[in-house]
Amino acid sequence: MADIMQMFSYPFMVRALIAGTFISLCSALLGVSLVLKRYSMIGDGLSHVGFGALAVAMALGAAPLKFAIPVVIIAAFFLLRISENSTIKGDSAIAIISTSALAIGIISVSLSTGMNTDVYNYLFGSILAMSDSDVILSVILSAIVIILFVFFYTKIFTITFDENFARATGIRAGIYNMLIAVLTAVTIVLGMRMIGALLISALIIFPSLSSMRVCKSFKAVVLCSAVISVICLFAGVCASYIWAAPTGASVVIANLTAFIAFSVAGRIRM
Amino acid sequence: MSLIRCKDLKLEYEKNVVLKGIDFEVSSGDYLCVVGENGSGKSTLMKAILGLIQPAGGTIEFGDGLHRNEIGYLPQQTAVQKNFPATVREVVMSGCLNRRGLRPFYSSHDKEEAYKNMKLLDIDLHAGESYRGLSGGQQQRVLLARALCATSKLLLLDEPVTGLDPIVTREMYSVIADLNKKNGITVIMISHDIEAAAEYASHILHLHNYQLFFGSKEDYVRSNAGRQFLGQDITDEIPRGDFYG
Ligand SMILES: Nc1ncnc2c1ncn2[C@@H]1O[C@H](COP(=O)(O)OP(=O)(O)OP(=O)(O)O)[C@@H](O)[C@H]1O
Ligand SMILES: [Mg+2]
Repeated sequence: MADIMQMFSYPFMVRALIAGTFISLCSALLGVSLVLKRYSMIGDGLSHVGFGALAVAMALGAAPLKFAIPVVIIAAFFLLRISENSTIKGDSAIAIISTSALAIGIISVSLSTGMNTDVYNYLFGSILAMSDSDVILSVILSAIVIILFVFFYTKIFTITFDENFARATGIRAGIYNMLIAVLTAVTIVLGMRMIGALLISALIIFPSLSSMRVCKSFKAVVLCSAVISVICLFAGVCASYIWAAPTGASVVIANLTAFIAFSVAGRIRM
Repeated sequence: MSLIRCKDLKLEYEKNVVLKGIDFEVSSGDYLCVVGENGSGKSTLMKAILGLIQPAGGTIEFGDGLHRNEIGYLPQQTAVQKNFPATVREVVMSGCLNRRGLRPFYSSHDKEEAYKNMKLLDIDLHAGESYRGLSGGQQQRVLLARALCATSKLLLLDEPVTGLDPIVTREMYSVIADLNKKNGITVIMISHDIEAAAEYASHILHLHNYQLFFGSKEDYVRSNAGRQFLGQDITDEIPRGDFYG
């Protein structure tokens, strides 16, 4: 307990937890829609594109987040188009784009700085090394994502539940799909700084899968995922502090534990 | 001006023509039944009316001040995943969305409307239950309630009674007939149940990748297409009065 009190006395810890809370909320909210629309693959693809973009930005000496966010938004646009177009095999196309982006990233890294801590941090996350400006950018962008999600909540439910009905009754589903993709892109780039490119999709997928084990309504699933996500963040950060484990991986393990607990609870209730 | 008018309509999927030469109109208050064999293009026509696919030729015009966001739709098969978490209330409410515009949340008027339609279809007691836990017939009622929330003018129903037992089928038909007669909602319904079509509809559109027949129900039962489909002998020239008894 004393350890945890001491943990909160470090400003970098408090900053990390503030930014982390916002990012966890975003990823949990969007995750519900992505999982139910079967877009989880897009999230995973975008994280690879995000890593490629960050690596290129570092090689060029550009500001990593400000460079990566627009690139990933553009990639999101393409991936969405591909998965909507049923004539191309969606998942193989996503795999092509994500592996190519990763390859470009690796080449830029080896041609420029080599495998340094920055690169390592983007791959595996570095919530504790977030600078002040990273934290401010994360909080502002996350707040925008959350506000837009709440504002368009009813539309997001409807196009997630039955997109054809939404289109048929005059709702412009394409625009809202695009909105989901853009919000996802922003969340993934921010999450990469925190959890790492290799692990960020876990942050998107786990909370909603866990809450779907026990909740009946869409609203309950959304709220429950948000709560699970934030609790797992705190649990993961505390655990990593106490046992000196990598933070990103600890948060994912906390989510895995929650998932197992909810699955068991869901089974028992059935 | 009629509510919907299709002129020389041609529909295709990636250059495969599914329907051509479709010419018909629907006026306010009509009850049009679309009949035809499997694969004859019925659902495709409905999707074109809804704007889900674009015509490859010809036109679909809306009249009588009908807007695209004033149409209620009951899809043939809703590809909702088996484990989608949503309550009956959430699903029905989503029908109200099309008139919200950019406004973010449902109003109390929307909630009343949803409740009224749930009551009409006898699912109000299930409002808080999860949609995926309902029986097929109950799910169909939920989707009809959702369609009703979306419109007070025009309902498009694609095989609304598939998978329902005979009693529930009867009830469903009488609910739809009531909506048409009492509430003045125009109905376009796809059905394989030709007897019910002949009983409730005011007009019949018979498709077979082209338009086999369009006109009033009375004319249809006398036409060759109709009598063949109704399983009557086409060489028999005298209309059989017993059908309407
Ligand atoms: N998405 C699609 N892509 C390509 N072809 C399609 C598509 N949907 C339908 N078709 C083809 O169009 C034709 C008409 O299909 P449609 O669904 O309109 O038939 P239907 O009259 O509704 O049949 P049913 O009674 O079985 O519902 C079929 O031959 C079908 O193979
Ligand atoms: Mg059909």
